[in-house]
Amino acid sequence: MNLKTLIPQKLKEKFPSVDFEVLDYRDELTIKFDKKSIVEVCNFLKSESDLDFNWCSDITAVDWATRKNRFTVVYNIFSMKHNFRLRLKADVDETDCKIDSVTSVWGAANWQERETYDMYGIKFNNHPDLRRMYMPEEFEYYPLRKDFPLMGIPGSLPLPKK
Amino acid sequence: MGLEAYLKDNGFFTTKIDAIIAWARKSSVWPMPMGISCCAIEMMAVGDPKYDIARFGSEVMRFTPRQCDLMIVAGTVTYKMAPVVRKIYDQMPDPKWVIAMGACTSSGGMYRSYSVVQGIDQFLPVDVYLAGCPPRPDNLLFALMKIQDKIGKTKASQFQNLPSGKDEIKLPDLNVIQNN
Repeated sequence: MNLKTLIPQKLKEKFPSVDFEVLDYRDELTIKFDKKSIVEVCNFLKSESDLDFNWCSDITAVDWATRKNRFTVVYNIFSMKHNFRLRLKADVDETDCKIDSVTSVWGAANWQERETYDMYGIKFNNHPDLRRMYMPEEFEYYPLRKDFPLMGIPGSLPLPKK
Repeated sequence: MGLEAYLKDNGFFTTKIDAIIAWARKSSVWPMPMGISCCAIEMMAVGDPKYDIARFGSEVMRFTPRQCDLMIVAGTVTYKMAPVVRKIYDQMPDPKWVIAMGACTSSGGMYRSYSVVQGIDQFLPVDVYLAGCPPRPDNLLFALMKIQDKIGKTKASQFQNLPSGKDEIKLPDLNVIQNN
């Protein structure tokens, strides 16, 4: 059976209470669902032998600025067995800017979640080492948010004295 | 132009201390290759036989700042990298010179962004700014010749081991790893 139909079908069978929004655009499959079930869905996608999504190639986020759910966390995962790519999305609101970490599923998620935290300020629950990735630890802002100015906040990054 | 051409009859010549010290200094400028990004590739090309920085007495790229006279800052300096560049500069013995090689180093270049220092002269004294993205190797040689001109015009009494206006040398803090 085609994976594009198999994946949504299997997910709906396994998680009847979760509302999956399936989108097939330009031959790319995207599945959007509530952030509460992110870890168990990822675990299922990895451990199910018919699917076997064994590589988490990227985790990032989108800042929609004015929408009700301000952020969307995006997971790009890959099944080496089937040579198939899948994109998972979960909305995160600014007032509750947290999502569960998937480091327990894919070890590679560790640094990718740190990068997402560094750039968007989304906290990942149960992350083993949630430090900033690029910016200094004492930096107070999140550079890829839409309200962050391009040239940064003057004086927020210290320079050595001349 | 060997010196021996002048020495063939009597075996001595007269000159000024200023002149001979400046001549010695400018003919052996040892660079500190602060290669941070792509400009460093052109800086390496300067050492190859085609451009051959050895013609100017500067082939001795020292990878310890304590043996260097000239820091060639070749590449994009981010705010995170700036303290490191400054620390290496502080460890170089006086007198010392700095070339800001390329657009990024001189002005931030195409990286007009929160993460990139918009010109290293915000935290370092710069002697020569070098245009180009990256500059061609000949251009870096030209910058080196400018530095040599500058050294040649400086009197020996102005080569001080102390920064002017300061009474004592404050040694730089050697504890490099601080916050990790």
